[in-house]
Amino acid sequence: MRSKTSTAPLNRLTSPLVRENGELRPASWEEALERAAAGFRAGIDQHGPDSFGMLSCARATNEMNFMVQKFARAVMGTNNVDSCNRTCHAPSVAGLAAAFGSGGGTSSYAEIEDTDLIVVWGGNPRSAHPIFFQHVLKGVRRGAKLFVIDPRRTSTAEWADRWLGLNVGTDIPLAHAVGREILYSGLANETFIERATSGLEEYRALVEPWTLSAAEAETGVPAEAIRELAHAYALADRAQLCWTLGITEHHNATDNVRALINLSLLTGHVGRHGAGLNPLRGQNNVQGGGDMGAIPDRLAGFQDILDADLRAPFEAAWGSAIQGRKGKNLTQMFEAMGEGDMKTLYVIGENPVQSEPETEKTTGRLRTLNHLVVQDIFLTRTAELADVVLPASASWCESDGTFTNSERRVQLVRKALDPPQGARDDIDILCDMAERLGTDWGRPSAEEIWDELRSLSPIHRGMSYDHLAQRQGIQWPCYSEEAVEPSFLHGRLWSQDPQERGEPAAFGIVGHSPPVDLLDEEYPFRLTTGRRLDDYNTGVQTSGFSSPMRRGELLDLSPEDADKLGIQDGETVRVCSRRGSVLAPASIDSSMRAGLVFMTFHFPDQVDTQLLTIDATDPIAGTAEYKAAAVRIERVAQTAGAAEGALASPG
Amino acid sequence: MTAAPVYLAPPKRLIDATIDGQEVRVPEGTSILDACEAQGTSTPTLCYGDTLTPRNACRVCVVEVEGARTLAPACSRELEPGMSVKTDSERVQHSRKLVLELLGSSVDLSTTPRIPEWNERYEAAPERFGPRAEPAPLGERDGRHAGQHETGDGSVAETVEQPVKRDNELYVRDYSKCIMCYKCVDACGDQWQNTFAIGVAGRGFDTRISTEHDAPLPDSACVYCGNCVEVCPTGALSFTTEFDMREAGTWDEESQTQTTTVCTYCGVGCNVTLHVQDNDIVKVTSPHENPITHGNLCIKGRFGFQHVQNRGDG
Repeated sequence: MRSKTSTAPLNRLTSPLVRENGELRPASWEEALERAAAGFRAGIDQHGPDSFGMLSCARATNEMNFMVQKFARAVMGTNNVDSCNRTCHAPSVAGLAAAFGSGGGTSSYAEIEDTDLIVVWGGNPRSAHPIFFQHVLKGVRRGAKLFVIDPRRTSTAEWADRWLGLNVGTDIPLAHAVGREILYSGLANETFIERATSGLEEYRALVEPWTLSAAEAETGVPAEAIRELAHAYALADRAQLCWTLGITEHHNATDNVRALINLSLLTGHVGRHGAGLNPLRGQNNVQGGGDMGAIPDRLAGFQDILDADLRAPFEAAWGSAIQGRKGKNLTQMFEAMGEGDMKTLYVIGENPVQSEPETEKTTGRLRTLNHLVVQDIFLTRTAELADVVLPASASWCESDGTFTNSERRVQLVRKALDPPQGARDDIDILCDMAERLGTDWGRPSAEEIWDELRSLSPIHRGMSYDHLAQRQGIQWPCYSEEAVEPSFLHGRLWSQDPQERGEPAAFGIVGHSPPVDLLDEEYPFRLTTGRRLDDYNTGVQTSGFSSPMRRGELLDLSPEDADKLGIQDGETVRVCSRRGSVLAPASIDSSMRAGLVFMTFHFPDQVDTQLLTIDATDPIAGTAEYKAAAVRIERVAQTAGAAEGALASPG
Repeated sequence: MTAAPVYLAPPKRLIDATIDGQEVRVPEGTSILDACEAQGTSTPTLCYGDTLTPRNACRVCVVEVEGARTLAPACSRELEPGMSVKTDSERVQHSRKLVLELLGSSVDLSTTPRIPEWNERYEAAPERFGPRAEPAPLGERDGRHAGQHETGDGSVAETVEQPVKRDNELYVRDYSKCIMCYKCVDACGDQWQNTFAIGVAGRGFDTRISTEHDAPLPDSACVYCGNCVEVCPTGALSFTTEFDMREAGTWDEESQTQTTTVCTYCGVGCNVTLHVQDNDIVKVTSPHENPITHGNLCIKGRFGFQHVQNRGDG
């Protein structure tokens, strides 16, 4: 079943599909929309609005995401709306919002070129964010020091002054030890701490046990290197702390983010030009999806769903009441399916079967639904399970709108192509669906939708399409068309006026919690996951072009371990976790440390890495611990060409 | 302590100079080329790149600076207070003509924009050096060592022509069209991409752009960002789609639209300009003045567009 190679030709969906006698068959738009709407209507009638859930697309436009959450809230009457930012950067948003009140990176790319120290923590931007890394290299060539903290000696680490190869999941001990060293060396920025932060004494007590040697024992990073990082960070005039999924794809991801933010509070490396915190986003509009309110707990512009005063303008604009409680996030929706509380699901542009951990469990849960509608450009594995499949347009080149990037820059997306015959724009489909469910939105243009958003979200108010075009994108907040704000956030923390300074930023009091999937004699290897330069997520899009660098799924392991296990480069090995096993070709890679192995998610049809990963999730943000599974590696009987087309099998 | 002040570049002083007898006033540090543009004087350029440090390789933009012994490249020479610049003197005309003729006789400039216009303006006649020599067989030029070059007998015009290099599906290297401007090397090197997959090999007329030991691209350090293709001024480097369509005679730039949108492969937000012909993406570039990309992309942004238009067998 999973023997299809990832290079098989992919075709766009060009006709709606409906399920009949267990099989999907082509249908007219009229029939498909009618069926989709009827299923949703029946679900609400029988089980109430909260039995409906909606997954929005982190790759689609802000306008589409705005309409999705409006559909969930105003048409269906529920806050059960979320997107795959849950699987990557929700903890960054949660952590930053907890400390500073808004969940965006605090700095901008241009400032990276203009700083004295760049710390890249749990990320490999050289491969995963190559153009961001060009800005880093500009900074490095202007004299900035680069520290890279990652279990693997990545292509990013190759550019570093110092690489700190820590054990997977020990980021908090490392951060705490850095904090303790800064405090003990008298390098903390006491004025900033006193004026702009709260909770230092608790923080001091929290980090007290993490001496350099205690941290060395836990993280595997030499004490001297930790000390050096602490001093370099504290003594730099301006420092940037950047992170990616190495921080956020853990069961305690929000805590990880808080632990890093603490260091910026200790040293005052936030709220100034050239000094800040940068979570790098994995998808084009993960930032925007959240900003638009396609999340269960916030309305557009980070407005709290629990605050009736903030809900009121939305209710007035939409003419319908919005529930005053948080909806279910993606993780909770899947749990609710398991418990029979979620009956209908509308998935737009997401492929949870292949992007969520524990494939079998996810598939099983989706099968419990009474009604599943999937809107996508491809017949994904998730779409294969649907009752109705609706062919959409590719938003980035077939529709108008905006995306918001990792530096909070809202940029215009413009229609360059007509979608293939039969496929339709996401927003048009949503409007049709809403109409069938009793709400007539007409057919608003992207700009009209954006203007509605601007009227409801103060941080976007100044961003008319004209203004965006004029300035090649604008970073939020932008309150008026006449002015733009500084490129960094939270300058208020430096004000002498307590009024202007506002709410102090709180130190996060977060303890160490090692990866849930423990290493033992049976599963002695730590499997971590990530992205390669030329591929993307589950490969649905990148398999469309032929990369000369692509080698398919591989298990990267250290020369030491290969030696110990007697594994040759290219040999097919069995990788087993407590949940499943797969076959994959081994690749001996000197960037790996002993005890550590690495795989991607790019070739699920060749090797389904999600059979191995664990669905332990962060309790605050709901992100899964993709970065740390315990595995065993077994040699399998060699047959000629076994490395080719390795098959995965459920364990 | 208050918020640390944001240091912007110090304000620039304005300077006065003359170009072709006309007074100009520009901020100090402005190149002669930019001053000419601002004043409305068109200057031919080949090796100049708006995102790169000038290499002064091609000399087609030279101007005469009063009091200077040699002609100065307009792209890299700053305009100075009181300077008097001539862009249309006989020396300048003659020099530009010679550059165009020498390049035109030895390199295939058929896909270099504006060449016919400049040849006409400077009365350049590359064909006066005689018929073109036969192209070198593949690998022959790349194998030449310094000092090995044999000067011809003058009956034919020597050229850099050799067969096209196609060793991957994404882009084509047609070094018959290479004028040795170094822009690809700089884009691949420390100015942008920092991959260093290509460099300059050989000496004199045998100088050429090469991977390490002339390895095919898949065996080189190349990461297929295509940032070399972005800056190539002559079409020596081109998308396979463009190259094949040109070969087939179906490349029709006039009918193409260019639409700038945003790449979807990560959260950085790179601007991509989609070149579309008959509702198919045929090439991807990035705006050079964009604050995120400065014209650069990665393999996915540059070449990862096929999924929206792949036509499989079903």
